[in-house]
Amino acid sequence: MSKFKKNTGGKGPGISTASLPDIVFMLLFFFMVTTVMREVELKLENKKPRATEVKKLEKRSLVSYIYVGAPKQMYQAQFGREPRVQLNDQFARLDDIQQFAIAEKEEKSESERPLMQFSIKADRGVKMGIVSDVKLELRKANALKINYSTEKGTPRPLE
Amino acid sequence: MARRESPEINAGSMADIAFLLLIFFLVTTTMDVDSGIARKLPPYDEQQAPPPPVKKQNILQVLVNANDEILVNEDYMELRDLRQKAVDFIDNNYKGDCDYCQGARDKSMSENPEKHVISLQNDRGTSYEMYIAVQNELTAAYRELRNRESRLRFGRNYDLLSDDDAKEISKLYPLNISEAEPLKL
Repeated sequence: MSKFKKNTGGKGPGISTASLPDIVFMLLFFFMVTTVMREVELKLENKKPRATEVKKLEKRSLVSYIYVGAPKQMYQAQFGREPRVQLNDQFARLDDIQQFAIAEKEEKSESERPLMQFSIKADRGVKMGIVSDVKLELRKANALKINYSTEKGTPRPLE
Repeated sequence: MARRESPEINAGSMADIAFLLLIFFLVTTTMDVDSGIARKLPPYDEQQAPPPPVKKQNILQVLVNANDEILVNEDYMELRDLRQKAVDFIDNNYKGDCDYCQGARDKSMSENPEKHVISLQNDRGTSYEMYIAVQNELTAAYRELRNRESRLRFGRNYDLLSDDDAKEISKLYPLNISEAEPLKL
């Protein structure tokens, strides 16, 4: 009996966790490099349409975003279900777009202004009416470089 | 003086700190790369000056109605045929003064790539998805032509060219998509 007890009694060597911080740091750096800070909290539905002829947006600091879509469920009681425009963190009216475009321009230095782009992030469920209105407002504010934000993939109507 | 070994710093909590940072970054950042179809809007003109006259044969009129149906030069067309139609139209070379074109020289289509205009008009009820799909097909038509030309001249695809070469090619096939105000319902 005592023969057996001797063997089971001792603890095996513990697994060294000394390299755990290194592994976690590696993961941390990976995420720091590959991701970007989230700019705004989306208050509306925003699923992008798909397209194949996409261009990457370079220089993120020179891109301003205009979101278009139907309000999310939790905001529907207040804002209804019709598609709306969101600028920065809040819902906006169409008239606010000009102000927004000018304010965004003011923020950038003189030399960077011609390179500015406005990215229209519209939900794939919206109709063109509101998108056209947004485009007209941008034209009025002389913000002419735009980008229709899309995902890469075959467009749905083609499938 | 006796040399004393300094006590080792306990690194046991290092992992916890790193995990904390990791989770912070996971929560506050997003991974999606922004990409999309780039376009240039025409400047806003309050008087709405009439557009310069363009010969009818040089215009490819693309209408998209509220039911997402496409009408090209007054003929109903499927979306999947639009790309080829646009390529044929831009590359048509009716006048014969475009030495790099390979078009059919049809008398009902554009005189040469510099003169062509694709006029895109949609309804306010057109779905955004359809609009993007149409824009996508038209862009694809230009890309096909530019790629063909740049492979002939430089042996590479258009998007791999240097800036100067790319400018040269895009001059040969300029992107002329004109968008009219959407129809009112």
